[in-house]
Amino acid sequence: MELVKNLMVILFTGILTENFILNKFYGICPFLGVSKTTNGAVGMGLAVTAVMVGASAVTYPIYHYVLLPLNIEYLKTICFILIIAAFVQTVEMILKKYVPPLYKSLGVYLPLITTNCAVLGVTILNIDNEFGFIESVANALSGGIGFLLVMVIFSGVRERISRCDVPKALEGTPITLIAASLTSLSFVGFSGIVDGIFGG
Amino acid sequence: MSYMKEFTKGLIKENPNLVMLLGMCPTLAVTTMAENGLGMGLATTFVLVCSNLVISLLKKVIPDTVRLPCFIVIIAGFVTFVSIMLDTFLPDLSEALGVFLSLITVNCIILGRAEMFACKNKVIPSILDGLGMGLGFTCSLIVVGAVRELLGTGKIFGMNVAPDFIEPMTIFILPAGGFFTLGCVIAVLGVITRKKPKKIDCAGCPARESCSKPEKAEGV
Repeated sequence: MELVKNLMVILFTGILTENFILNKFYGICPFLGVSKTTNGAVGMGLAVTAVMVGASAVTYPIYHYVLLPLNIEYLKTICFILIIAAFVQTVEMILKKYVPPLYKSLGVYLPLITTNCAVLGVTILNIDNEFGFIESVANALSGGIGFLLVMVIFSGVRERISRCDVPKALEGTPITLIAASLTSLSFVGFSGIVDGIFGG
Repeated sequence: MSYMKEFTKGLIKENPNLVMLLGMCPTLAVTTMAENGLGMGLATTFVLVCSNLVISLLKKVIPDTVRLPCFIVIIAGFVTFVSIMLDTFLPDLSEALGVFLSLITVNCIILGRAEMFACKNKVIPSILDGLGMGLGFTCSLIVVGAVRELLGTGKIFGMNVAPDFIEPMTIFILPAGGFFTLGCVIAVLGVITRKKPKKIDCAGCPARESCSKPEKAEGV
């Protein structure tokens, strides 16, 4: 039961109170770049979630059974980024060969994921927080779902903005960032919800 | 003279952060204090100069098809070096920057400059380009950091400057304040340079060739 409760806390924290985009500022580039339409946002969100979960599952054993015993844990940044690059490439090839329709819809977003700091960020956070294997995967999953959620919400906000008359100085990026600020503010409303549900 | 141009273009005209909109994550995350912004900016500048130097030296050796992984490994190597150095000599700063120190590896400014400049140019222009871009990034981090620190805590670089009777607006050191301040700084820069603020574009994004730009939503 303790594990289940832990996992639920990680899930709720990652999705609502410490959202990857709005609270921790991971993956701002795709957030600003790909959130123009809801379809693009969903595709990017799903692809990032899959890669984050996969990368966490792969980096955990490598860190604990290769880097730690050899005392070269300071190489983790180099090692993880290579794993992520290789992982993204593999996913791309597998999808291309076996699931062409999915590849077609996700394909354009896959290469962008290597340089998405959410992916490298979550693998390093797992190590820094000393999560176990299941917790690491749950953390990646919650981060990914949180990412997807905010991307979708924000794509709606942007579609509205694109139909509005914005002051000239704020056109383009500035108004997007200010809208992101308001979205972030609305997520502050969730603070304390985890303690409220699970009793601290 | 053209060397001078390589250096100065990064400061304002092609500021990687405020004009080209690269490397937004650290800009928002570490700028709760001007001092952290300065530290992050200098660390990034160091990595940028070193990686530009090495990549422009190796540009003939690196095969074109695997150049991105090669660039990333070179960059990650320098990032590891910087984070070990900061851990040893400036542990406070290292703690304040946290994960974002390792995340310099995936800062699009560095990969973008490698891809757009260093792999096509000679060594000295590449170093100057890296230095200019890095300092431009540092300046924008300091500006955003100083605004947020002043409004959010009433201090600049840790010194009290606001009179006591003004209550600091804590919202500015929260994430929401970060987005807001950055948006305003970009808008102000756009007005000063009298250019229409750029729409988000993909220049410098390593995957821009394979990327289909989403169409703008249709108006009603």
